[in-house]
Amino acid sequence: MRLISIFILTLAISLSIHSVEASPVDTYEFRDEVTKIRFQALSKELRCPKCQNQNLTDSNSPIAADLRKELYELLQQGKADIEIVNFMVDRYGEFVLYRPRVSGLTYVLWFGPIALILFGIIVVIVIVRRKPIDKTALTLTTEQQDKLNRLVNEK
Amino acid sequence: MGKLIRFLPLILVIALGAVLYRGLSLNPQDMPSALVGKTLPAFELTTLNKRNQVVTQADIVGDIILINVWATWCPTCKYEHPYLVDIAKNSQVTLYGLNYKDDRASAQQWLEYYEDPYVFSIYDEEGTLGLDLGVYGAPETFVIDHHGVIRKRFAGAIDTAVWKREFEPLIAQLIKEKNKGQ
Repeated sequence: MRLISIFILTLAISLSIHSVEASPVDTYEFRDEVTKIRFQALSKELRCPKCQNQNLTDSNSPIAADLRKELYELLQQGKADIEIVNFMVDRYGEFVLYRPRVSGLTYVLWFGPIALILFGIIVVIVIVRRKPIDKTALTLTTEQQDKLNRLVNEK
Repeated sequence: MGKLIRFLPLILVIALGAVLYRGLSLNPQDMPSALVGKTLPAFELTTLNKRNQVVTQADIVGDIILINVWATWCPTCKYEHPYLVDIAKNSQVTLYGLNYKDDRASAQQWLEYYEDPYVFSIYDEEGTLGLDLGVYGAPETFVIDHHGVIRKRFAGAIDTAVWKREFEPLIAQLIKEKNKGQ
Protein backbone atom coordinates (compact mmCIF):
# COMPACT_ATOMS: atom_id res chain seq x y z
CA MET A 1 0.00 0.00 0.00
CA ARG A 2 2.78 2.36 0.97
CA LEU A 3 4.70 1.44 -2.14
CA ILE A 4 1.73 2.29 -4.29
CA SER A 5 1.28 5.71 -2.71
CA ILE A 6 4.98 6.47 -3.21
CA PHE A 7 4.65 5.40 -6.81
CA ILE A 8 1.64 7.62 -7.36
CA LEU A 9 3.37 10.54 -5.71
CA THR A 10 6.46 10.14 -7.91
CA LEU A 11 4.28 9.91 -10.97
CA ALA A 12 2.37 13.04 -10.01
CA ILE A 13 5.57 15.00 -9.41
CA SER A 14 7.17 13.92 -12.66
CA LEU A 15 4.00 14.73 -14.58
CA SER A 16 3.73 18.17 -13.04
CA ILE A 17 7.37 18.87 -13.92
CA HIS A 18 6.75 17.76 -17.47
CA SER A 19 3.68 19.88 -17.91
CA VAL A 20 5.78 22.87 -16.91
CA GLU A 21 8.49 22.00 -19.39
CA ALA A 22 6.11 21.26 -22.23
CA SER A 23 5.51 24.84 -23.32
CA PRO A 24 7.74 27.88 -23.45
CA VAL A 25 7.55 29.68 -20.16
CA ASP A 26 7.75 33.40 -19.79
CA THR A 27 7.98 34.79 -16.33
CA TYR A 28 5.75 37.78 -16.87
CA GLU A 29 4.25 39.44 -13.85
CA PHE A 30 0.85 40.97 -14.42
CA ARG A 31 -0.80 43.86 -12.67
CA ASP A 32 -3.94 41.89 -12.05
CA GLU A 33 -5.70 38.67 -12.85
CA VAL A 34 -7.70 40.20 -15.72
CA THR A 35 -4.56 41.31 -17.58
CA LYS A 36 -3.15 37.83 -17.17
CA ILE A 37 -6.27 36.24 -18.63
CA ARG A 38 -6.27 38.75 -21.49
CA PHE A 39 -2.62 37.92 -22.19
CA GLN A 40 -3.39 34.22 -22.31
CA ALA A 41 -6.45 34.73 -24.49
CA LEU A 42 -4.66 37.02 -26.94
CA SER A 43 -1.60 34.83 -27.26
CA LYS A 44 -3.92 31.96 -28.16
CA GLU A 45 -5.80 34.07 -30.71
CA LEU A 46 -2.70 35.40 -32.41
CA ARG A 47 -0.82 33.21 -34.80
CA CYS A 48 2.95 33.00 -34.93
CA PRO A 49 3.90 34.54 -38.32
CA LYS A 50 6.88 32.25 -38.84
CA CYS A 51 5.27 28.94 -37.95
CA GLN A 52 2.38 27.82 -40.08
CA ASN A 53 0.00 26.54 -37.46
CA GLN A 54 0.95 27.51 -33.96
CA ASN A 55 -0.28 30.34 -31.86
CA LEU A 56 1.99 32.57 -29.82
CA THR A 57 1.52 30.43 -26.73
CA ASP A 58 2.56 27.20 -28.41
CA SER A 59 5.50 28.37 -30.42
CA ASN A 60 9.11 28.24 -29.31
CA SER A 61 10.36 30.35 -32.20
CA PRO A 62 12.23 33.58 -31.42
CA ILE A 63 9.65 35.69 -33.23
CA ALA A 64 6.85 34.22 -31.11
CA ALA A 65 8.81 35.04 -27.97
CA ASP A 66 9.33 38.59 -29.27
CA LEU A 67 5.66 38.99 -30.01
CA ARG A 68 4.68 37.65 -26.59
CA LYS A 69 6.99 40.26 -25.09
CA GLU A 70 5.43 42.94 -27.28
CA LEU A 71 1.97 41.74 -26.32
CA TYR A 72 2.91 41.89 -22.65
CA GLU A 73 4.26 45.41 -23.02
CA LEU A 74 1.18 46.60 -24.90
CA LEU A 75 -1.01 45.16 -22.16
CA GLN A 76 1.08 46.85 -19.48
CA GLN A 77 0.65 50.13 -21.35
CA GLY A 78 -3.08 49.65 -20.93
CA LYS A 79 -3.90 49.10 -24.61
CA ALA A 80 -7.29 47.66 -25.47
CA ASP A 81 -7.57 44.24 -27.11
CA ILE A 82 -8.69 45.74 -30.41
CA GLU A 83 -5.73 48.14 -30.42
CA ILE A 84 -3.34 45.25 -29.83
CA VAL A 85 -4.92 43.18 -32.59
CA ASN A 86 -4.71 46.17 -34.97
CA PHE A 87 -1.06 46.68 -34.00
CA MET A 88 -0.25 43.10 -34.97
CA VAL A 89 -2.33 43.16 -38.17
CA ASP A 90 -0.65 46.43 -39.26
CA ARG A 91 2.70 44.71 -39.11
CA TYR A 92 2.08 41.08 -39.93
CA GLY A 93 -1.17 41.21 -41.88
CA GLU A 94 -4.41 39.30 -41.45
CA PHE A 95 -2.30 36.14 -41.30
CA VAL A 96 -1.74 36.59 -37.56
CA LEU A 97 -5.44 36.28 -36.79
CA TYR A 98 -6.75 32.80 -36.23
CA ARG A 99 -10.24 34.19 -36.69
CA PRO A 100 -9.88 36.36 -39.78
CA ARG A 101 -12.06 39.41 -40.05
CA VAL A 102 -15.07 39.39 -42.32
CA SER A 103 -13.96 41.07 -45.55
CA GLY A 104 -14.24 40.61 -49.30
CA LEU A 105 -11.39 38.11 -49.13
CA THR A 106 -12.89 36.01 -46.39
CA TYR A 107 -16.56 35.90 -47.39
CA VAL A 108 -16.14 32.39 -48.78
CA LEU A 109 -14.42 31.29 -45.59
CA TRP A 110 -17.08 32.71 -43.30
CA PHE A 111 -20.22 32.05 -45.29
CA GLY A 112 -19.19 29.11 -47.48
CA PRO A 113 -20.16 26.47 -44.91
CA ILE A 114 -23.56 28.09 -44.30
CA ALA A 115 -24.15 28.28 -48.06
CA LEU A 116 -23.24 24.61 -48.43
CA ILE A 117 -25.59 23.57 -45.62
CA LEU A 118 -28.43 25.60 -47.17
CA PHE A 119 -27.71 24.02 -50.54
CA GLY A 120 -27.80 20.56 -48.95
CA ILE A 121 -31.08 21.27 -47.18
CA ILE A 122 -32.63 22.50 -50.43
CA VAL A 123 -31.48 19.38 -52.27
CA VAL A 124 -32.97 17.15 -49.56
CA ILE A 125 -36.26 19.05 -49.59
CA VAL A 126 -36.48 18.84 -53.37
CA ILE A 127 -35.85 15.09 -53.31
CA VAL A 128 -38.29 14.44 -50.48
CA ARG A 129 -41.07 16.53 -51.96
CA ARG A 130 -40.76 15.16 -55.44
CA LYS A 131 -44.10 13.49 -56.31
CA PRO A 132 -43.96 9.71 -56.48
CA ILE A 133 -44.42 8.37 -59.99
CA ASP A 134 -48.07 7.83 -60.78
CA LYS A 135 -48.38 4.12 -61.60
CA THR A 136 -51.77 4.59 -63.30
CA ALA A 137 -50.17 6.86 -65.85
CA LEU A 138 -47.93 3.99 -66.87
CA THR A 139 -50.62 2.06 -68.71
CA LEU A 140 -50.09 1.77 -72.44
CA THR A 141 -52.16 3.62 -74.93
CA THR A 142 -54.18 1.46 -77.31
CA GLU A 143 -51.73 2.29 -80.05
CA GLN A 144 -48.80 1.04 -77.97
CA GLN A 145 -50.77 -2.01 -76.87
CA ASP A 146 -51.48 -2.88 -80.53
CA LYS A 147 -47.80 -2.55 -81.37
CA LEU A 148 -46.86 -4.74 -78.44
CA ASN A 149 -49.34 -7.40 -79.44
CA ARG A 150 -48.07 -7.38 -82.98
CA LEU A 151 -44.47 -7.78 -81.81
CA VAL A 152 -45.34 -10.60 -79.42
CA ASN A 153 -47.44 -12.42 -81.99
CA GLU A 154 -44.94 -12.13 -84.80
CA LYS A 155 -43.19 -15.36 -83.90
CA MET B 1 -32.10 18.01 -67.71
CA GLY B 2 -32.12 14.47 -66.32
CA LYS B 3 -28.88 13.68 -68.09
CA LEU B 4 -27.24 16.84 -66.81
CA ILE B 5 -28.07 15.93 -63.22
CA ARG B 6 -26.45 12.55 -63.72
CA PHE B 7 -23.18 14.31 -64.59
CA LEU B 8 -23.42 16.78 -61.72
CA PRO B 9 -21.42 14.69 -59.18
CA LEU B 10 -18.65 14.21 -61.74
CA ILE B 11 -18.53 17.94 -62.45
CA LEU B 12 -18.45 18.72 -58.72
CA VAL B 13 -15.63 16.23 -58.11
CA ILE B 14 -13.60 17.67 -60.97
CA ALA B 15 -14.14 21.20 -59.65
CA LEU B 16 -13.10 20.15 -56.14
CA GLY B 17 -10.06 18.38 -57.56
CA ALA B 18 -9.07 21.51 -59.49
CA VAL B 19 -9.31 23.66 -56.35
CA LEU B 20 -7.29 21.21 -54.25
CA TYR B 21 -4.71 20.73 -57.01
CA ARG B 22 -4.15 24.46 -57.12
CA GLY B 23 -3.68 24.39 -53.33
CA LEU B 24 -0.82 21.92 -53.77
CA SER B 25 1.23 24.37 -55.79
CA LEU B 26 0.65 27.35 -53.49
CA ASN B 27 3.43 28.26 -51.10
CA PRO B 28 1.98 28.48 -47.59
CA GLN B 29 5.03 30.48 -46.46
CA ASP B 30 4.22 33.15 -48.98
CA MET B 31 2.35 35.82 -47.09
CA PRO B 32 1.74 39.30 -48.36
CA SER B 33 3.30 41.98 -46.25
CA ALA B 34 0.96 44.31 -44.45
CA LEU B 35 3.39 47.10 -45.30
CA VAL B 36 3.26 47.01 -49.08
CA GLY B 37 1.88 50.38 -50.17
CA LYS B 38 2.93 52.12 -46.98
CA THR B 39 5.99 54.24 -46.24
CA LEU B 40 8.89 53.10 -44.14
CA PRO B 41 7.97 53.22 -40.43
CA ALA B 42 9.66 55.89 -38.34
CA PHE B 43 12.75 54.83 -36.42
CA GLU B 44 15.73 56.26 -34.63
CA LEU B 45 18.66 53.87 -34.38
CA THR B 46 22.41 53.93 -34.70
CA THR B 47 24.40 52.62 -37.63
CA LEU B 48 26.25 49.39 -37.29
CA ASN B 49 29.68 50.87 -37.81
CA LYS B 50 29.35 54.01 -35.71
CA ARG B 51 27.58 53.60 -32.42
CA ASN B 52 27.21 57.38 -32.07
CA GLN B 53 25.72 58.00 -35.49
CA VAL B 54 21.94 58.15 -35.21
CA VAL B 55 19.93 57.50 -38.37
CA THR B 56 16.21 57.86 -39.04
CA GLN B 57 13.88 57.00 -41.90
CA ALA B 58 14.90 60.35 -43.49
CA ASP B 59 18.41 58.99 -44.04
CA ILE B 60 17.19 56.19 -46.27
CA VAL B 61 17.37 57.94 -49.64
CA GLY B 62 17.65 56.82 -53.24
CA ASP B 63 15.58 56.23 -56.35
CA ILE B 64 15.10 52.54 -55.87
CA ILE B 65 15.94 51.40 -52.39
CA LEU B 66 16.54 47.90 -51.13
CA ILE B 67 16.58 47.21 -47.43
CA ASN B 68 18.08 43.86 -46.62
CA VAL B 69 17.44 42.37 -43.19
CA TRP B 70 20.43 40.31 -42.12
CA ALA B 71 22.23 38.92 -39.09
CA THR B 72 25.33 36.89 -38.35
CA TRP B 73 23.24 34.17 -36.68
CA CYS B 74 21.47 33.54 -39.98
CA PRO B 75 23.13 30.96 -42.24
CA THR B 76 20.97 31.86 -45.24
CA CYS B 77 22.29 35.43 -44.99
CA LYS B 78 25.77 34.08 -45.56
CA TYR B 79 24.54 32.26 -48.65
CA GLU B 80 22.97 35.38 -50.14
CA HIS B 81 25.78 37.76 -49.19
CA PRO B 82 27.92 37.41 -52.37
CA TYR B 83 24.83 38.04 -54.49
CA LEU B 84 24.14 41.21 -52.51
CA VAL B 85 27.71 42.38 -53.10
CA ASP B 86 27.18 41.79 -56.78
CA ILE B 87 23.81 43.58 -56.81
CA ALA B 88 25.25 46.59 -54.98
CA LYS B 89 27.95 46.89 -57.63
CA ASN B 90 25.99 46.18 -60.78
CA SER B 91 22.42 47.24 -60.23
CA GLN B 92 20.76 50.63 -60.07
CA VAL B 93 19.42 50.02 -56.60
CA THR B 94 20.65 51.65 -53.41
CA LEU B 95 21.18 48.91 -50.89
CA TYR B 96 20.80 49.47 -47.15
CA GLY B 97 21.20 46.85 -44.47
CA LEU B 98 19.15 46.24 -41.37
CA ASN B 99 21.24 44.30 -38.91
CA TYR B 100 18.53 42.50 -37.00
CA LYS B 101 18.91 41.34 -33.39
CA ASP B 102 22.61 40.82 -33.67
CA ASP B 103 25.83 41.44 -31.84
CA ARG B 104 27.53 44.61 -33.03
CA ALA B 105 31.11 43.33 -32.90
CA SER B 106 30.38 40.09 -34.80
CA ALA B 107 28.35 41.96 -37.38
CA GLN B 108 31.17 44.45 -38.00
CA GLN B 109 33.59 41.58 -38.30
CA TRP B 110 31.28 39.85 -40.81
CA LEU B 111 31.22 42.92 -43.06
CA GLU B 112 34.99 43.30 -42.86
CA TYR B 113 35.46 39.68 -43.74
CA TYR B 114 32.84 39.22 -46.46
CA GLU B 115 32.84 42.76 -47.95
CA ASP B 116 30.25 45.40 -47.11
CA PRO B 117 27.64 45.89 -49.87
CA TYR B 118 25.49 48.34 -47.89
CA VAL B 119 25.49 52.13 -47.96
CA PHE B 120 25.15 51.61 -44.23
CA SER B 121 23.53 49.09 -41.97
CA ILE B 122 20.99 50.12 -39.37
CA TYR B 123 21.81 48.43 -36.07
CA ASP B 124 18.54 47.08 -34.66
CA GLU B 125 19.62 45.17 -31.59
CA GLU B 126 16.19 44.90 -30.01
CA GLY B 127 14.39 44.23 -33.28
CA THR B 128 12.11 47.25 -32.86
CA LEU B 129 12.31 48.40 -36.46
CA GLY B 130 12.10 44.75 -37.46
CA LEU B 131 8.84 44.48 -35.56
CA ASP B 132 7.44 47.61 -37.19
CA LEU B 133 8.38 46.18 -40.58
CA GLY B 134 6.72 42.87 -39.80
CA VAL B 135 10.01 41.00 -40.06
CA TYR B 136 9.77 37.46 -38.73
CA GLY B 137 13.16 36.11 -39.66
CA ALA B 138 16.18 36.79 -41.75
CA PRO B 139 16.99 37.29 -44.55
CA GLU B 140 14.19 39.51 -45.78
CA THR B 141 14.40 42.21 -48.41
CA PHE B 142 12.16 45.22 -48.93
CA VAL B 143 11.92 47.24 -52.13
CA ILE B 144 11.08 50.93 -51.75
CA ASP B 145 10.28 53.22 -54.67
CA HIS B 146 11.30 56.83 -55.30
CA HIS B 147 8.28 58.08 -53.35
CA GLY B 148 9.43 56.15 -50.30
CA VAL B 149 6.61 53.62 -50.60
CA ILE B 150 7.31 49.97 -49.81
CA ARG B 151 6.51 48.01 -52.97
CA LYS B 152 7.63 44.53 -52.11
CA ARG B 153 8.71 42.33 -49.28
CA PHE B 154 10.64 39.20 -50.04
CA ALA B 155 11.37 36.62 -47.35
CA GLY B 156 14.24 34.27 -48.11
CA ALA B 157 17.59 34.26 -49.79
CA ILE B 158 18.35 36.23 -52.94
CA ASP B 159 20.44 34.57 -55.60
CA THR B 160 20.74 35.10 -59.34
CA ALA B 161 17.58 33.17 -60.20
CA VAL B 162 15.52 34.81 -57.45
CA TRP B 163 16.83 38.23 -58.43
CA LYS B 164 15.81 37.70 -62.06
CA ARG B 165 12.41 36.32 -61.17
CA GLU B 166 11.35 38.40 -58.19
CA PHE B 167 13.17 41.69 -58.42
CA GLU B 168 14.22 42.59 -61.95
CA PRO B 169 10.67 42.99 -63.34
CA LEU B 170 9.67 45.22 -60.43
CA ILE B 171 12.81 47.31 -60.72
CA ALA B 172 12.26 47.76 -64.45
CA GLN B 173 8.71 48.88 -63.69
CA LEU B 174 9.89 51.32 -61.02
CA ILE B 175 12.40 52.85 -63.43
CA LYS B 176 9.63 53.24 -65.99
CA GLU B 177 7.33 54.86 -63.44
CA LYS B 178 10.04 57.28 -62.42
CA ASN B 179 10.89 58.22 -66.02
CA LYS B 180 7.24 58.88 -66.70
CA GLY B 181 7.27 61.20 -63.74
CA GLN B 182 4.63 59.29 -61.84
